[in-house]
Amino acid sequence: MDLDPLLLSRIQFAFVISFHAIFPVFTIGLASYIAVLEGLAFRTQNPQWVRLSAFWTKVFAVVFGMGVVSGIVMSFQFGTNWSNFAQASANFLGPMLSYEVLTAFFLEAAFLGVLLFGRDKVPAGVHLFAAIMVATGTLISTFWILSANSWMQTPAGVEFRDGAFHVISWFDAIFNPSFPYRFMHMVLASFLTGSFVVAGVSAWYLLHRREVDSNRKALSMCLWLILIIAPLQAVVGDFHGLNTLEHQPMKVAAMEGNWETESGVPLLLFAWPDRETQSNIMEIGIPHMASLILTHEWDGVVPGLKEVSPEEQPVVPVVFWSFRVMVALGLLMIFFGISGLVLRIRRKVYTSRWFLQSMRAMSITPFLAVLAGWFVTETGRSPWLVYGMMTQAEGVTPSLTGGMALFSLIGYIVVYALVFTAGVYYLFRVLQAGLEDDGTDEPDEQSERPMRPFSAAHVKFEYEPYPGIGDDMDSDPTRKGGN
Amino acid sequence: MQTFDLALIWAVIIGFGIIMYVLMDGFDLGLGILFPFAPDEEARDVMMNSVAPVWDGNETWLVLGGAGLLAAFPLVYSIFLPALYIGVFLLLAGLIFRGVAFEFRFKANTSRYLWNWAFAGGSMIASFAQGAVVGAYIQGFNTEGLVYVGGAFDWLTPFTVLTGFGLMAGYALLGSTWLILKSEGYIQDWAYKIAMPLLFVVLVVFAVVSFWTPFVDDLVRDRWFSTIQVIWILPALAMFCAYRIYRSLKMRREGMPFVATMGLFIFSYLGLIVSRWPYVVPPNFTLWDAASAPESQLFLLLGLLFVIPIILVYTAWTYWVFRGKVRADAGYH
Ligand code: HDD
Ligand code: HEM
Ligand code: HEM
Repeated sequence: MDLDPLLLSRIQFAFVISFHAIFPVFTIGLASYIAVLEGLAFRTQNPQWVRLSAFWTKVFAVVFGMGVVSGIVMSFQFGTNWSNFAQASANFLGPMLSYEVLTAFFLEAAFLGVLLFGRDKVPAGVHLFAAIMVATGTLISTFWILSANSWMQTPAGVEFRDGAFHVISWFDAIFNPSFPYRFMHMVLASFLTGSFVVAGVSAWYLLHRREVDSNRKALSMCLWLILIIAPLQAVVGDFHGLNTLEHQPMKVAAMEGNWETESGVPLLLFAWPDRETQSNIMEIGIPHMASLILTHEWDGVVPGLKEVSPEEQPVVPVVFWSFRVMVALGLLMIFFGISGLVLRIRRKVYTSRWFLQSMRAMSITPFLAVLAGWFVTETGRSPWLVYGMMTQAEGVTPSLTGGMALFSLIGYIVVYALVFTAGVYYLFRVLQAGLEDDGTDEPDEQSERPMRPFSAAHVKFEYEPYPGIGDDMDSDPTRKGGN
Repeated sequence: MQTFDLALIWAVIIGFGIIMYVLMDGFDLGLGILFPFAPDEEARDVMMNSVAPVWDGNETWLVLGGAGLLAAFPLVYSIFLPALYIGVFLLLAGLIFRGVAFEFRFKANTSRYLWNWAFAGGSMIASFAQGAVVGAYIQGFNTEGLVYVGGAFDWLTPFTVLTGFGLMAGYALLGSTWLILKSEGYIQDWAYKIAMPLLFVVLVVFAVVSFWTPFVDDLVRDRWFSTIQVIWILPALAMFCAYRIYRSLKMRREGMPFVATMGLFIFSYLGLIVSRWPYVVPPNFTLWDAASAPESQLFLLLGLLFVIPIILVYTAWTYWVFRGKVRADAGYH
């Protein structure tokens, strides 16, 4: 069997970046949450905010650390596997990535130290400032990297000459047509991730009656946020889709599973798009809905995949199904946002077991939605690397052989599997220990170690079951009243 | 408008970035290499604590180096990385393992030895890979048009194996002199004891590489032996640094061995650059061939000039905060 270096490189890129991506989406959301907690602590002097902030900062440290190591890998992927693309697009992507390092990574590294270890070392105001700077750093990072990615989706402000892209307008290139939508969508996705994880963990603690007062506060905050931004995300997503229809019509055709350009297209709920026959094997849909959503007209014309030759079509089933997974999860999030409000009005939000259990389960969904979303975006772009200007086949490293690509792919899978099982395992230890382990028994030495993500979480690595967990709630020392 | 040579400015900036990375990550990689040979577990704690606060920032220079090369000299990025494909993978795997080892080792009880090995192994592989990159650079690359056309293992020759081990020895020397500076008692004694043989190994490799290089490449031979004779000042200065290391180790001075080792690195590095100048992808491409578009170089330069000083201030501040001797108990738990 012939090993195809292009296919293997695509799989490898998808693997390493999907892996990397799950950490940043969480840290971006969590960093802002911590900044808010610090702000509340500063304003109200209420120690509960400090405890919540200290706890979530520990979680943040672990996830951030894993984001760093997986991110270092990313910055070399363009050169190793996509060297023709790197060479051609360096005039634009090079400055973008460099600015990300200069304006975001160094800023994060600098203030992370103060945030993690400086609570007793610097005045409260400086500590708050550090928290805000770290949050700002993650958003700046999002800005540059999404500008780079959006430019690959909807290139603008450049011309192609002498085998390379040359920037003729920095403004047009950076603020390319899909960037504002993608940036909004991704920032909201990160906030959703942050709030669902915090809400899920708090719900889990509440089920076990641990640190009830603080965790209620956390859950409540997150539910308010979800109530607002989950529907907002759907609206932004709708605009995003309309914009994509304008610039990448074949991607939208694939999302809708629509082969023929026609009017009054149904919204397919279920279908099996088949590239061989260029049609759907069985489909269930709501008549005219797709036309209505995409063109805001009952009989609007929606482009079909057959407008381009099969080689130029994206991998339809992946785009089609990933899109449905994302939207379904988005709707589920809206549902839980509203349920939270209803239960809150009925004063049952902290006690309803089914709700708390469901929130716990929901904490995984934003990660799935984010990955599904990126699969729509990225596979929907293929066969293009820079949409309409450069294909994946043109971008791949010429000297790369199938054997080399397979070697590194397997290598990354093995390395990540080892390192990250350990990391995730450790994260669960931190969650297990909970807010009660607030580190106050650990004296100052820790505070002298800035720039060191994990050490903020001084929990032993091996499993030590938390003493207070169990069905016997009365034995829980932290139990406070309850209902 | 083109009154100054942007490519030249960028060459200086990238050159500065690389030596910053080599010096800063060099000593913490070096400690990793020495790790298995440390007298006991307490010494290992001291070694790790002495670099724990700063290694993360040190590695950010590597990320900047990668992104900066892409921005300023994309050809270097797009030829080196494919040519060194396997080596780059090993380098990254090494950096990942040693990065997480910092974090997990102190949290582990029974599994601690695993993270010891992850730290040592990761550091060794990463150092070797970096040394091999230097060797591969001296060797030159097989290119056609603007792309690399050689095989996956072209870079792996006896010469690059030598430079790989050479850099490992160099980093180990840097690590041991750093440890002299940061430790006391029996740990410091141990560091003194190993620094001397390491210096010897480094000098031997240095000599062999110097004699070998002219045979690997004509340009270098030409340069050293006919055209630019002043070049000899650089190895002379490097030798002087080596002598200073030797003397200060004998006299058990604390700061000088480290400073002189940095000097040794800097002058060898300058020697390498001068021998190869202005080729950045030997044997075919000079830095002007490899440069990105001037408007891109300028666009990034403006931001860089503004931000780099701030980063330097911050870095210096961190080292200031963590100045002084390190003890085993003054770090993690
Ligand atoms: C939406 C956000 C986002 C996306 C799409 C990406 N990243 Fe990322 N990245 C971040 C957001 C981020 C972050 C939040 O800023 C991280 C997480 C942990 C950290 O240190 O910063 C980060 C870390 C991080 C690091 C380590 C920085 C350090 O040493 O401190 C590198 C080198 C990269 N990323 C590079 C990339 C590349 C080349 C990407 C795409 C091809 C990429 N990231 C996608
Ligand atoms: C509920 C309604 C939603 C709609 C209508 C929607 C719409 C879209 C569309 C059309 C795209 C592709 C744009 C393109 O490739 O050009 C996209 C991408 C994406 N979606 Fe959604 N989305 C929704 C919900 C969500 C949710 C809940 C999340 C995560 C929490 C999410 C995360 C993402 C991500 C990460 C991408 C890829 C990056 C991007 O292109 O912005 N989406 N979404
Ligand atoms: C952070 C979340 C991201 C995820 C989860 C993601 C996911 C993916 C996936 C699944 C593929 C495979 C597509 C295919 O095989 O057709 C891919 C390819 C690719 N993506 Fe992304 N992507 C992300 C962000 C980015 C960013 C920010 C960039 C660039 C700045 C980028 C550049 C690329 C490139 C160069 C490829 C390879 C060519 C291709 O197959 O399309 N991606 N990505």
